Amino acid sequence: MVELAMGIMLGLCGVGAGIALIAGIGPGIGEGQAVAAACEAIGRQPEAKSDVTSTMVMGCAIAETTGLYGLIIGILLIFVAPGIYSGVLRDTVAALK
Amino acid sequence: MTENKNGPGSAAFRRADMGYIALMVIPLICCLALKVLFKPESVGVDISGAMIFLTVKGFPLQDLVITESQVNSWGIILSLTGLCLYLTHGLMEKAETKRQLAAEWIVEKCGNLVSANMGERYSEYVYFIAAIMGLSAFSSLSCLIGLFAPTGDVNVTAGWAILVFALVTWTKMQGGVLNYLKGFTEPIPVFTPMNFISEFSLPVSMAFRHYGNVMSGAVISVLIGTALRGLSKSLLGAIPVIGNIPLLQVGLPAILSLYFDVFSGLMQAFIFAMLTMLNVSGAFPQEAWEKRQAKKAVRRQRAAAAKAG
Repeated sequence: MVELAMGIMLGLCGVGAGIALIAGIGPGIGEGQAVAAACEAIGRQPEAKSDVTSTMVMGCAIAETTGLYGLIIGILLIFVAPGIYSGVLRDTVAALK
Repeated sequence: MTENKNGPGSAAFRRADMGYIALMVIPLICCLALKVLFKPESVGVDISGAMIFLTVKGFPLQDLVITESQVNSWGIILSLTGLCLYLTHGLMEKAETKRQLAAEWIVEKCGNLVSANMGERYSEYVYFIAAIMGLSAFSSLSCLIGLFAPTGDVNVTAGWAILVFALVTWTKMQGGVLNYLKGFTEPIPVFTPMNFISEFSLPVSMAFRHYGNVMSGAVISVLIGTALRGLSKSLLGAIPVIGNIPLLQVGLPAILSLYFDVFSGLMQAFIFAMLTMLNVSGAFPQEAWEKRQAKKAVRRQRAAAAKAG
C-alpha cells in the first residue's frame, strides 16, 4: 500500500514538473517576436544598433521571468518535493497504524 | 627628491596596499575552506541547496540558521570592501595611477547610468544602485572560483528584493501617506485587492527572477556534466586506459558556464539594478512632484496672506 502511494506520488511529481514547463511556450513566442522586431528596427535604422540590442536583451531577460517561474516549479518538483512528500506520507502511514 | 610620507611608493602606502589585497582575497579563501571542511563527499549527480553551517536554537519564531549562502555573501561583501579601499587608496587630484582611472571610470559610468534612468532628482541613489549591482554581479561570479553562488539561494535575493520594496514604498510615501493609500483605490475602489496583489508581486518577481536564472543555470550545468560523463563511460568505457577518463566532459561545460555563470549572472545584476531604478523613479514621478510642490507653494501663500490679513 505504501509502495503504491509512493509510486503515485513520485509519478505525479514528474507529471507536474512536465506540465509546469509548458510555461516555457509563452516567453519563447514573446522573445521571438521581440527579436524579430529588433531585427526589423536595426534593418530600418542600422546606426541605432547598439541601443536596440541592449534594450532588446533587457526586455528578453524580463520576458524570460514567467518561463523561469515554471522552470523553478519543475526543478523543485523533481529535486525537492519527493523528499518532503515521502516524509509526509511516512508520517501519515505511521499515524494510521 | 623628497617623497611624501604617506604618498604612493612609500613603505606605509605599500603596506596598506598589501592589507587591502589581503582583505580582498582572504574572505574568499575562508569561504572555500569552510566549504571544503563541511561538504560531505558525494558521487554522481549532486544538486543541493546551500549547506547549513550552524543552527542557533532559542529564537522566538524559528531557529537561526547560518547557511553557506549567508557566509559566502558576507565574504563577498568584505572582499568588495577591500576592492573599493584598494581602488580609492591614494587618490590624487589628477588621475595618474591605473587604479584611480579604473575607480573614476566605475563611478562615472554608474553616475551616468543612474542619472540617465532616474533623472537628476534621484542622483544620490547612485550609491545604493552601484552597491547592489556590484554585490549581485560578484555574487553570481563567485561560482567561477568554486563557491556556492549566494544569488542561487532565494533567501539572499528575497532579502534584496524586500530592501528594494521598502525603498519603493518609502519613495511613494514622499507624496503623502494618504495619497499613497488612496493610490490603492484607483481607478475605482473595486480594484483595491488587485492593486494590493500587484504591489506585492514586485518583490516576489524580482527575487524569483534573479534566483531562478542563477539556480537554473547551475542545475542545467550539473545535469549536462553528469550526462556527458555517463555518455563517455558508455561510449569509451570498453577502451582500457582512455575509458576511465570522461573525455566528452571536456569543452562543452566550459562554454555553458560562460553563458550561465558569466553572461547570465552579469545580465541579472544589471536587470536587478535597472528594475530598482525604474521602480524607484516611477514611484514618485516628476509631474506628481512638481504638482505637489505647486500645491505646497499655494498653501504657503494662502497661510501668509491669512496671517497678513
